[in-house]
Amino acid sequence: MTLEDYLYYIILPVLVISAALIFWRFIKGPSIADKIISLDLMITTGIGIIAIYSIIYDHSTLMDVALILALIAFLSTVALSYYLEKRRRK
Amino acid sequence: MIIDIIIGVLATFGALFVLLAAVGMIRMPDTYLRISVTTKAATLGVGLLLMASMVYFSDSDVTSQAFVIILFIFLTAPVSAHLIGRASYFIGVKLWDKSVMDDLRGKYQKNTHELKSVVDDTPEDNVDHTKMNGNK
Repeated sequence: MTLEDYLYYIILPVLVISAALIFWRFIKGPSIADKIISLDLMITTGIGIIAIYSIIYDHSTLMDVALILALIAFLSTVALSYYLEKRRRK
Repeated sequence: MIIDIIIGVLATFGALFVLLAAVGMIRMPDTYLRISVTTKAATLGVGLLLMASMVYFSDSDVTSQAFVIILFIFLTAPVSAHLIGRASYFIGVKLWDKSVMDDLRGKYQKNTHELKSVVDDTPEDNVDHTKMNGNK
């Protein structure tokens, strides 16, 4: 079993299963803070999936996408929590 | 090949930590405990996966780029966790019904968003965090 087979048949399904579990919490989450947290964690899992993909297909340019996704995850969490805090509760 | 073994071990531990973070996201009973999961286990897991790709591309530009991503995630995960925890405390997300104590009770003021160091129990200034009694 080569390294590419191991990453493709074992590591990637584990990561996809974890993304699916986090997405279930995103659907189900009782408060809106849970949805924001699970969105952040889904993007972080996506960074890991992109890192494994760049190893499997030997494309190092995919790491640019991971950098942009890390930036977007931080920015979206900060913006959503800012507006969540400013919101007036009825 | 020793490089392949190193990459396999790093990717295995990274995927394991990400899976543990996802299971904790499902199983944790409270928003604040879920924030704790997403800022520790997932950060370590993604850091290990990026270190695997750092070892694979033994090339200085890709390695430095992966290092920058790891540094950025390690710097921004506590900041975003603090911001979302503070916001969810202000909008009144309930604690777990088996929580022992709430250190911030009566200290964050609801209208002025000010953190006091003594407990101030005027009821119109405080957010209600009473235990949620198992429902919801």
